[in-house]
Amino acid sequence: MQMQPDAPPAAPRRFRLNGRDRSVTVPDHALLIDTLRETLRLTGTKQGCDGGECGACTVLIDSVPRLACLTRTGECEGRVVETIEGLARQGRMNRVQRAFHEQLGTQCGYCTPGMVMAAEALLRRVPHPTEPEIRAALAGNLCRCTGYVKIIAAVQAAAGEG
Amino acid sequence: MRNARAVVGQPTPLIDGIEKVTGQAVYTADLPAEGALVGRILRSKEAHGRIRRIDIEAARALPGVRAVITGADCPLTYGVLPIAMNEPVLAREVVRYRGEPLAAVAADDAVTAAAALALIAVEIDPLPACFTAAAARAPDAVALHADKPGNLEREVHHRFGDVEAGFAAADFIREHVYSCAEVAHAQMEPHAALASFDPERGQLLMQSTSQVPYYLHLMLARCLDLDPAAIRVVKPFIGGGFGARVEVLNFELITALLARASGGTVRMVLSREETFLTHRGRPETEIRLKLGITAAGRLTACAAEVVQRGGAYAGYGIVTILYAGALLQGLYDLPALRYDGYRVYANLPPCGAMRGHGAVDVRFAFEAALDALAAEAGLDPFALRRANLLAAPTETPNGLRVESYGLGTCLDWVEAASGWRARRGRLGPGRGLGMACSHYVSGAAKPIHWTGEPHAVVHLRLDFDGGITVLTGAADIGQGSSTVMAQAAAEVLGVPLARVRVIAADSALTPKDNGSYSSRVTFMVGNATIAAARALRERLVAAAAVLLDAPEAAVEDAGGQFHAGERVASFAEVTRAALAREGGAITAKGSFTCPEPFQGGKHRGGAVGATMGFSYAAQVVEVAVDAETGAITVEQVWVAQDCGFAINPLAVEGQIQGAVWMGMGQALSEETGYESGLALHASMLDYKVPTILDSPPIAVHVVESLDPNGPFGAKEASEGALAGFPPALAAAVADAVGLRMDRLPITPDRLLEALAQRARAGRLARALEVA
Ligand code: FES
Ligand code: FES
Repeated sequence: MQMQPDAPPAAPRRFRLNGRDRSVTVPDHALLIDTLRETLRLTGTKQGCDGGECGACTVLIDSVPRLACLTRTGECEGRVVETIEGLARQGRMNRVQRAFHEQLGTQCGYCTPGMVMAAEALLRRVPHPTEPEIRAALAGNLCRCTGYVKIIAAVQAAAGEG
Repeated sequence: MRNARAVVGQPTPLIDGIEKVTGQAVYTADLPAEGALVGRILRSKEAHGRIRRIDIEAARALPGVRAVITGADCPLTYGVLPIAMNEPVLAREVVRYRGEPLAAVAADDAVTAAAALALIAVEIDPLPACFTAAAARAPDAVALHADKPGNLEREVHHRFGDVEAGFAAADFIREHVYSCAEVAHAQMEPHAALASFDPERGQLLMQSTSQVPYYLHLMLARCLDLDPAAIRVVKPFIGGGFGARVEVLNFELITALLARASGGTVRMVLSREETFLTHRGRPETEIRLKLGITAAGRLTACAAEVVQRGGAYAGYGIVTILYAGALLQGLYDLPALRYDGYRVYANLPPCGAMRGHGAVDVRFAFEAALDALAAEAGLDPFALRRANLLAAPTETPNGLRVESYGLGTCLDWVEAASGWRARRGRLGPGRGLGMACSHYVSGAAKPIHWTGEPHAVVHLRLDFDGGITVLTGAADIGQGSSTVMAQAAAEVLGVPLARVRVIAADSALTPKDNGSYSSRVTFMVGNATIAAARALRERLVAAAAVLLDAPEAAVEDAGGQFHAGERVASFAEVTRAALAREGGAITAKGSFTCPEPFQGGKHRGGAVGATMGFSYAAQVVEVAVDAETGAITVEQVWVAQDCGFAINPLAVEGQIQGAVWMGMGQALSEETGYESGLALHASMLDYKVPTILDSPPIAVHVVESLDPNGPFGAKEASEGALAGFPPALAAAVADAVGLRMDRLPITPDRLLEALAQRARAGRLARALEVA
């Protein structure tokens, strides 16, 4: 969607995506969000703004939360990319997803993939975060439904402190 | 209710929550549509002007462009109110705001679509434009609409009770002007639509980010001149609404027109900027409020003059200006009310309905005035509210029925939980507590389209598998309405929630529903679901009676089993017997209609504000004010809401928190501003919704007044608490720094300016004293 005219020639890009080695051929400047959503049909990652303002598109690259709308696909070469579709195992929700579901950390669900990925990154880094640490980690993710109260509760529950 | 509270009243995660947390939920922009064309809209750069020429030939000739349309392709206007459908799908002859659609293209890909837009030549002769209500009402202002001289879309003059006598009897009167900035919903999902037109059959399939799929169906039929039977509207997952999507929006009709023009499938995904320009937010509002009380704190009279700047087209405007007057009543015992409302056109994106529709800004003024009067009269703000409680059942002077009323209990809880008595005024410099109350309707009692049908219809289907399918047109937009319907059906039928599935908002399958607005769904569709479940249960009992060889009256329906004396038949056995008896799959229907006495006063506009059940809320807000920077930190909120009965306490709590928090955004930071008609806020950076760093803990207490007409006693839960936040915040700021802020949002610069002004005034007074 964000593609520009005069695209430079496409080159195959290899990275590990949700546990599988993938190779995609997209223009060098193709944004990761478009590669995920349009080329790979992984639509769990959401676009909520015109670039870099809402966090809905948060994915993990080598376990670090990144905005897929500001990341070129080429930057992912040789790295480990995880999206919301990659968290469940054999169709079972992971602990963060389960906590967001059970604690109503999601209402309309549109911010949820980004929120869950940001929380997942936090818990990998800090297994038992304090409330200020949770707030700091999710500061770039906007939610218009929950007032964030139950999102914080969900992250605490996922950390085993709910 | 038999077996009550087995399913309803239990905190229940959303039945579609797993899809949301795993990324499987399919929103409109996610819908698979291989080979769909990309739709894009060309928007006006003029705020007001006469269209001389729109030349689309070069765009049309561009390879890969499949359709280009302009206002010439759709002569019909649209709008949500049958009496005010004055909006063109694409501008015709005149453009009235910056961002108004002028033309649209469908192309093979986004690059081609963008290139095509750039090839469209537009010539517009500018006209003088009005950007404020005052400019629009000025005697020499150019009229936006020829039939509305003075740019007055609607004026309302309502009088109830003896207002003059009321003010004469008052010991304290406050008269003050309050103003509230325009705000927007900023739901996280940008607008999107996917339309497929089959030229062979002349049929349209429409999927869109709508809260009102039925209205969309009607408008598509109107604007494309199609037989409604040739249209199917399906609602995917929706990423929030808050009222942004309770009327049909231009991009939806444009997408459908493009699909027909190209004979294919068109996907339209608006940018965040375009989503802001599509707007329908809460209008900029000025309220001149006069309020009188006795020394004991009894309200004697209220006079309110309200001006709303509505933007370029009618939308819901008439309803908004009527709500603002009507909902001054229904919260307290207010014996006399004079209301003068003015809804004004301006050359800005059209306003519409937003959470707490019509009630929020006037409530700010009313509660702020009460807080000031309490201080003047030496009364505690809680005592002042308690002096004016209603006693249900009652009818207000403007014809609103109040059947259940838990405000007193709400006040008690927030007062105790916040430690009000011990802490207010004793928190130290720069810290304060404030409180306010609010209310909202549980569904507008009179539908916009009067068809003679019930207000809500639900079908329940039972087939060989013993599963219950709820078929409802109600649009779950994230608030959890599908979960409520599943709970209601499971409760009445005595089956586990897992046995119930919900199919919602597909016009080919589900009965029509008016939509998700005015918090009508739990109350109306919930009641219809109960009625449908009872009807189904009756048919099962009849089958069980045959199976158990007992009279129907002797059959007991106990939690998914049927008993007659010692004999027992399982749900599965009874289902089989019922299917055999009735000749296959059973569909039971339930409906709900708000009876005539609830449909409002007989005065003109009296239907607006009328509802079967008001929710009530009270809240206390604690703030810390930094006098150096003007920054206000909300430390904590305590809120209690009478929602009648919490069918899903988990969701009710989440809704109340979300509503309070949205009120916080309006109170502190949110504002849709314009410069010569250019939107200054049309991004998630410039439109400042609170982040998680700005957001306080919100302690919620649910009060259950068990409304006599609500489903299981339930009323609305998602709007009522919003309006209380801004005045509670302003009262807390007054407690903290002694300044009564009368203009929303209370941004740091405004607060700093007020503090500086006070300091100047103080210096001046001291200087005069010395002199
Ligand atoms: S889509 Fe909003 S930050 Fe990426
Ligand atoms: S759940 Fe709707 S935006 Fe967060």
